[in-house]
Amino acid sequence: MSLEPSESRKMPSKLPKSNTGIRGLDEITAGGLPSGRPTLVCGSAGSGKTLFSMEFLVHGATKYNEPGVFVAFEEKAEELAVNVASLGFDLNQLQHDGQIRVDHVRIERSEIEETGEYNLDGLFIRLAYAIDSIGAKRVVLDTIESLFSGLTNQAVLRAELRRLFEWLKEKKVTTIITGERGEASLTRQGLEEYVSDCVILLDHRVENKISTRILRIVKYRGSVHGTNEYPFLIDEEGISVLPVTSLQLNHPVSSGRISSGIPALDKMLGGEGFFKASSVLVSGTAGTGKTSIAGSFIDKTCTDGMRAIYFAFEESPHQIVRNMRSINIDLQAHVDSGLLLFSASRPTFNGLEMHLLNIVKLVEKFKPSAIVLDPISNLITVGSNSEVRSLLTRLIDFLQSQQITVMFTALALNDKNSEQTDEGVSSLVDVWILVRDIESNGERNRGLYVMKSRGMKHSNQVREFVITDEGLKLVEVFLGPVGVLTGSARETQQLLEKTSEALRDHAVSRKDREIERKRLVLESKIATLKEEFESLQEELNKSYIEDELKKSIMEDNRKELTRKRDDLL
Amino acid sequence: MEEVKEEVWELRLYVAGKTTRSVAALANLKKYCEEHLKDKYVIEVIDLLIHPQLAEGDQILAIPTLVKKVPEPIRKIIGDLSNEEKVLVGLNIRPAK
Repeated sequence: MSLEPSESRKMPSKLPKSNTGIRGLDEITAGGLPSGRPTLVCGSAGSGKTLFSMEFLVHGATKYNEPGVFVAFEEKAEELAVNVASLGFDLNQLQHDGQIRVDHVRIERSEIEETGEYNLDGLFIRLAYAIDSIGAKRVVLDTIESLFSGLTNQAVLRAELRRLFEWLKEKKVTTIITGERGEASLTRQGLEEYVSDCVILLDHRVENKISTRILRIVKYRGSVHGTNEYPFLIDEEGISVLPVTSLQLNHPVSSGRISSGIPALDKMLGGEGFFKASSVLVSGTAGTGKTSIAGSFIDKTCTDGMRAIYFAFEESPHQIVRNMRSINIDLQAHVDSGLLLFSASRPTFNGLEMHLLNIVKLVEKFKPSAIVLDPISNLITVGSNSEVRSLLTRLIDFLQSQQITVMFTALALNDKNSEQTDEGVSSLVDVWILVRDIESNGERNRGLYVMKSRGMKHSNQVREFVITDEGLKLVEVFLGPVGVLTGSARETQQLLEKTSEALRDHAVSRKDREIERKRLVLESKIATLKEEFESLQEELNKSYIEDELKKSIMEDNRKELTRKRDDLL
Repeated sequence: MEEVKEEVWELRLYVAGKTTRSVAALANLKKYCEEHLKDKYVIEVIDLLIHPQLAEGDQILAIPTLVKKVPEPIRKIIGDLSNEEKVLVGLNIRPAK
């Protein structure tokens, strides 16, 4: 993948260009095909040459007010009209309105006898007449090489073709000449010699039984252009070329958050969930609930009123809706309200590039806030590791530029090796959540780890992850004597703790009563002692008063005696 | 269709202006017709520069082109008609060898 100048930038170019109206092509060519000059579109049978040129004409006539002439050497006008009707082009109406003129040039080898010198003035006159009759600005010659099978004089033909292209340039019509791919050269008859301004190659490549359409601009004189091979799609909207390349890493980032749909997981991710426009990888072994996590995320996104797309590569939409219902997630409601879009396809249905194109096309159309790819592991069946990685890199780049949050789920095949996903994309993503089986006590339980989460403080703990009828829950970490406990071991431990708590409660209340009793005993003892003390005190007081009394009586007596003796004197 | 000796050859010669080539073609054609189809032919010369819309009907590409519509089958002979043998075969006057 080469870095190339941003194609959407307007080029200060002197070369006037005609918009093709084909999605993406005008970006790659920085404005379209060279105006007033011939462009060669070559490719093998079934590569989409006729469709390409027809779109060029129809868009010219309907969008850019440039009527066009289609000179069909191979198909009749009616056949062409039927063929392009599938793209929603009403060729008959356009012809009726004088915007497009289809001229079928039939060359029947068996009817023609050549004697002597001739030229192709007849063709020139027809073309001139057709161009002038509707004031055409665009011309398609499809496929002019048929002339070589109808006429034998090569020398005359080549000279006349050269003259034709010069004449078309003089007429100032933008021309597409289609040519069948040759063995060694771009076209069988070497038309590229005559058309030297712009050459576009359409290819149809089959790898692993899966076909991919590819467009490449081989040459574009006087203009910058994308040089890569661009995959393109032909569907009911015609051709779309989507140049999904690795952009420069300079897209704006958002610090807004988007919830994962599981409150406890949000808490593990710094309390608020993922960053907006980040990429999230949920990997895990089979049956660990990856799809359920994705379902929760989608459900939450839609409940919050944002749009989302679910790309399913394994299950049908109905299957997903049904299965999600079992964990109380109603995705059908979101589908009905138009917020959720399912896109289910088998990985083998398309080549990788086609998948990418499909995703990009849908995303551009639906403009979701979040998308889910479930699972990316299956993509590996249609591409090699490096291809899948390249695809995801470009997808992530694209989504980030569109500010879309993406969640991938991936199957980790080997439990021992679950540190690394098959696709090796864990280094690309911003958040990596690993769901893992924890086997102990004869049962399997799910453990959820946040392996990484760029730019936020995240929990380093293993949480037990339970899928209930009410949705997904993360159980608080439960540390037992032998480490983190999960499942019934956790419940046993919880029960045990409950029992001991009850026992402890009981013990505590018994002790309280004991203390109360002791207190009562003590208090009664204190009362007794107090009374003893009071009686003792009374006793003591009594003898003391008696002594006092005795003393005063004795004093009185002595005084009496003394007085009496004095009286006796 | 019965085998009639008196069948008439309807011939159209498409040209584009009076070029030496078209003049030569017409002269050659007239000569062959006088020799082989006396009084049994009609030649119509169409100048596409004057009637360009007529080119589509007979699927004309090359100039000059001689178109034989009747008798069937339709044949087109392109070029200046300088090869008498080929022209006669093309016009069903002489069977192909």
